[in-house]
Amino acid sequence: MHNIIVYCENEEGKIADVSLELLTKGRSLASQLGCKLDALLIGSKLKGMEEELYAYGVNSAFMADDLRLSPYRTLPHAAIAIGLFREEQPQIALFGATSIGRDLAPRISSALQSGLTADCTSLEIGAHNLLYQIRPAFGGNIIATIVNPDHRPQMATVREGVMKKEALPMPVAGKLTLLDPNKYLRDTDFVVSIIERHIEERTLNIKGAPIIVAGGYGVGSKEKFDLLFDLAKVLGAEVGATRAAVDAGFADPARQIGQTGVTVRPKLYIACGISGQIQHTAGMDQSALVISINTDPKAPINRIADYVIEGDLNEVIPKMIRAYKQNTR
Amino acid sequence: MFLKIVVLAKQVPDTRNVGKDAMKEDGTVNRAALPAIFNPDDMNALEQALRLKDQYPNVTVELLTMGPDRAAEIIREGLFRGADGGVLLSDRKFAGADTLATSYALAQAIRKMQPDMVLAGRQAIDGDTAQVGPQVAAKLNWPQVTYAQEIMGFKDDHIIIKRRLEQGVELVSSPLPLVITVHGSAAPCRPRHAQRLIKYKKAMVLPWSVGDVGGDEGKYGLTGSPTRVKKIENIVFQVKETKRLSASEEEITDLFRELIHQHTIG
Repeated sequence: MHNIIVYCENEEGKIADVSLELLTKGRSLASQLGCKLDALLIGSKLKGMEEELYAYGVNSAFMADDLRLSPYRTLPHAAIAIGLFREEQPQIALFGATSIGRDLAPRISSALQSGLTADCTSLEIGAHNLLYQIRPAFGGNIIATIVNPDHRPQMATVREGVMKKEALPMPVAGKLTLLDPNKYLRDTDFVVSIIERHIEERTLNIKGAPIIVAGGYGVGSKEKFDLLFDLAKVLGAEVGATRAAVDAGFADPARQIGQTGVTVRPKLYIACGISGQIQHTAGMDQSALVISINTDPKAPINRIADYVIEGDLNEVIPKMIRAYKQNTR
Repeated sequence: MFLKIVVLAKQVPDTRNVGKDAMKEDGTVNRAALPAIFNPDDMNALEQALRLKDQYPNVTVELLTMGPDRAAEIIREGLFRGADGGVLLSDRKFAGADTLATSYALAQAIRKMQPDMVLAGRQAIDGDTAQVGPQVAAKLNWPQVTYAQEIMGFKDDHIIIKRRLEQGVELVSSPLPLVITVHGSAAPCRPRHAQRLIKYKKAMVLPWSVGDVGGDEGKYGLTGSPTRVKKIENIVFQVKETKRLSASEEEITDLFRELIHQHTIG
């Protein structure tokens, strides 16, 4: 009762990274609050997966294992989570801000009349043991701390990569509770059917790239992004983009870095034509070293950059490529 | 076939153009100080509704929005592009609503409008929460299909929808009634129709108040909102010690030598 619960996404026997990141965060929040950490795993062929949960400090794993529960569909997953939350009365419930978590969590919050904060970039325990849910808001012009004073659970979604993922040195001795899906489900929960499903392998690995060359709206066009790809190829880097650049069609959405994209922590981040709105910097400000190339000396990104090169990226990038090639032969 | 579609649309501050007076002292948004636009994803939703109207006979498309009086512009914008009508929810009692209280008000209005299908943009640019669509569906106790990229059409009495997920696509089938939220990658909205623009330029939109949609007054507005804004901070960047370089060949070469030397690159 009154524990922290994490809804754990899973596909083909593997728990999603975002869920393991949330368990890691949940564990530290639970120890501050002096409560337990629970996990909810819904899907099929889940047997044995509780072991990984224990490695992340889960005290109590709730599992609903049924062929009808995979792949994910909104209504059956919502029905089970709502039912379990009513029984267990968690004080905090965390979800990945993925296409699953962002589909499921609002449905649950509506049924339980509890508040939900989307895309948090930080979660802290504040005064009166309330969960401080911190997120950039309003186009990234402000940082808002949201609380749910009177309604439980306090619900939040967090994007992949925002929290760190860290297993315990030794797994805890957790307890497994198998849920009977039929207790929660009705026939009407299965009215939406999946006719076809194509899940692509993740070909881009921006999150894991040690070096990122990222472009903003200031790059100017899709064609000019080729320059960034040239530099990235030479450095063995990945190309990232801001939301403005993605919205303008300069780069693929899978490359988006920031609050509504991926969060990255590379050892080098080269920001090209990026002004540095908080929504973007929230996704890269933990980079070890930041170089900003910008024609505007007052661009906000320059304030978090270690090096600022004031100039036109059309000139600067070719110079960088030459400098690299000359010094690595 | 008779099909009534309600499109949820929000007038949002254009968060790309935010001035200093955008926030009030209590930390809430001073909407009056900002340029207001039709939320982009809601435009995509409107287009999907209008395509169903093109494709099938006896389809009506109405918009539903909530906001101050000037949000009537949203309804007119929909009329210019081919919608049949719309409802503006406007009452001081709706003010200060978070997503949950907003979805309650919208669901109450939808019950009165009695559509077969509700379409909405996946999310609004002022909050990026993507919560209102699913919360409306939950309140109505209807199924939901989020992240729709294209509504393919009807097959018997089921509607077929293509969803755009992070790592792929999904084709789903659902009976009506249903709530669908449309992704920004869906087809852009058709432009305004010149004759409709003239015809509806001064169209009156009569707002509905709390009294018109009934329900539990305690569930509206700030009172009905479980979330509270505890604190608002303006953006302050942590100042790092920044080295400024010119774009000269020498300085860039020196920098790269240093990076290679530190094993940051190479």
